[in-house]
Amino acid sequence: MAIFLTDKSRVVVQGMTGSEGQKHTSRMLAAGTNIVGGVTPGKGGQSVDFARRSIPVYGSCADAVKSTGADVSIVFVPPRFTKGAVIEAVDAGIPLVVVITEGVPVHDTAAFFAHAQAAGTRIIGPNSPGLISPGQANAGIIPADIAGPGRIGLVSKSGTLTYQMMYELREYGFTTAIGIGGDPIIGTTHIDALRAFQDDPDTEAIVMIGEIGGDAEERAAAFIKEYVTKPVVGYVAGFTAPEGKTMGHAGAIVSGSSGTAVAKQQALEAVGVKVGKTPSEAARLMREALEQLLVH
Amino acid sequence: MDLMEYQAKELFARHKVPVTLGRVVEDAADAAAAAEELGGRVVVKAQVKAGGRGKAGGVKLAATPAEATERAGDILGMDIKGHTVRRVLLAPAADIAEEYYFSFLVDRANRNYLCIASTEGGVEIEEVAHSNPDAIAKVSIDPATGVDEAKAAEIVAAAGFPAEAASVVQALWEVFIAEDASLVEVNPLVKLADGSLEALDGKVTLDENAGYRHPDHAAFDDKAAADPLEAAAQEKGLNYVKLDGSVGIIGNGAGLVMSTLDVVAYAGEAHGGVKPANFLDIGGGASAEVMKNGLSIILGDPQVRSVFVNVFGGITACDAVSNGIVQALELLGAQANKPLVVRLDGNNVDEGRRILAKANHPLVTVVDTMDGAADRAAELAATA
Repeated sequence: MAIFLTDKSRVVVQGMTGSEGQKHTSRMLAAGTNIVGGVTPGKGGQSVDFARRSIPVYGSCADAVKSTGADVSIVFVPPRFTKGAVIEAVDAGIPLVVVITEGVPVHDTAAFFAHAQAAGTRIIGPNSPGLISPGQANAGIIPADIAGPGRIGLVSKSGTLTYQMMYELREYGFTTAIGIGGDPIIGTTHIDALRAFQDDPDTEAIVMIGEIGGDAEERAAAFIKEYVTKPVVGYVAGFTAPEGKTMGHAGAIVSGSSGTAVAKQQALEAVGVKVGKTPSEAARLMREALEQLLVH
Repeated sequence: MDLMEYQAKELFARHKVPVTLGRVVEDAADAAAAAEELGGRVVVKAQVKAGGRGKAGGVKLAATPAEATERAGDILGMDIKGHTVRRVLLAPAADIAEEYYFSFLVDRANRNYLCIASTEGGVEIEEVAHSNPDAIAKVSIDPATGVDEAKAAEIVAAAGFPAEAASVVQALWEVFIAEDASLVEVNPLVKLADGSLEALDGKVTLDENAGYRHPDHAAFDDKAAADPLEAAAQEKGLNYVKLDGSVGIIGNGAGLVMSTLDVVAYAGEAHGGVKPANFLDIGGGASAEVMKNGLSIILGDPQVRSVFVNVFGGITACDAVSNGIVQALELLGAQANKPLVVRLDGNNVDEGRRILAKANHPLVTVVDTMDGAADRAAELAATA
């Protein structure tokens, strides 16, 4: 099993004809993803040739869904077109929309998230590397060759820390690794992923990576206390970040005394989550947690 | 991007929020004439991107134009929470009857917008939240419907503002949406003795991701106040934040770079408290050009004693990063004069390490793990 994305998922790529869209579609295909089409307005009826297959391009999400039964869309379009692209996917009835695009204005995200929520569509991102269920499907830009299928569920605000942690724990493998994105408003939260991992019978333990800004980690801690019985290991980035400075991710900012890494670490530790001081230490704590599971 | 008060007020005026623009001066000698124009009795206010200006002595009343010059002289050059005051705003002294607090902001937790309003204005809202939480109204706003007349009336009623404040609420909502702000705060919003309302102060944070919709916002960027290294990095399109330690940091991906700073600070504890000198995310592409620009900025920081290049090759291939480092060191020539610790992992790591080994540059040390490399970089910074 996996969460949100499986080998049954039928994936369309919005912006597949662009250079990034094409590059990553090729990589996703190589990872075994069932990509059934691309969507580019004005290019319906064309197709794009990849190593082993030719993928049809549709002029709209509605056409793509009608022809392919797509149930996942990955959005690779530039920031100024992202809101329109997501709303189109939601209106076409696609239940999961993964937004890779970085640099989307927060008011646009607020608008398409509200629209998606009303329609019951799950959004992942924006500013997300997507998610991978190793051995089944890869929706986004996470390199598929870092780690294979296994027992760990991973949820992270950061792309490269996702890769780093998958690499550190590659001998155990992952059910699903999901990058939820570093923007102030994101569609899928730590809590959503924690709930899904807790409910997924194949996920035995969970790694949760957070960073400065907002209070998502604190709320996740409260949720863990109430709902999660599987071992959770945490890592939080940004202890040395100065107040008032945006650290790369639009949402990574300490404002006054709120959003600090220390507060997040303490909230997680208070509910029994072991938090590593470095990514490698977090990986070691996860290995210990998995060995413990074998003993019991 | 945070705006200063006088900039926020310019945006307020654009959207018909009642406001008095006053006059901005950078030289105390100009203050008297400006005060004269404004009617003589003025408030002189430090213009910095920091709260608590009043407490810090950055806001003073001047009864006469001559006094305005004196007060401006006192305030200009002051340091408020690390910000040097380069300009002051002179505003006519207002005859205040009541002071309110008002803000619109992005609510990260609920993924919509929040309006916070209180009749207890003029003090820090955090204080009110602590001392008299019942005096604060919080109204959630659905991005799909926004603030229409009915919503504005709801906010005004919840806050206990006079009914005529509804039009000000709608004008502030216009600022929030039309200017792509993530925060619009007025503290205080005042009722004057004649019953009219006015935004006596303003704080606005603009969403830099929406900059493409607002070419005019670039004029708000106060380049003179920026750290010179940050300004140089921005010019080259680099995501750089200056810190005050001695280990220069280059990495790929915001999360990994933040983590690298922490790991260096943690490792630095064993080396006399060595700390990271900067945040620099070179993103996905690590071409020789980007690497050269990044290294050049970092080596331009006189506090830097060692440099830690920490890359996890996800999409980026480590061989490309290694070639970038080798070529960047060639391009920099004698400017490259600090030891470099490089940690590479991920995509094509063996080839990446081979390239660095073959180049055998005297400044470069390759360490296989992130924690080990951070320790080495901290040690080099401590002993250099």
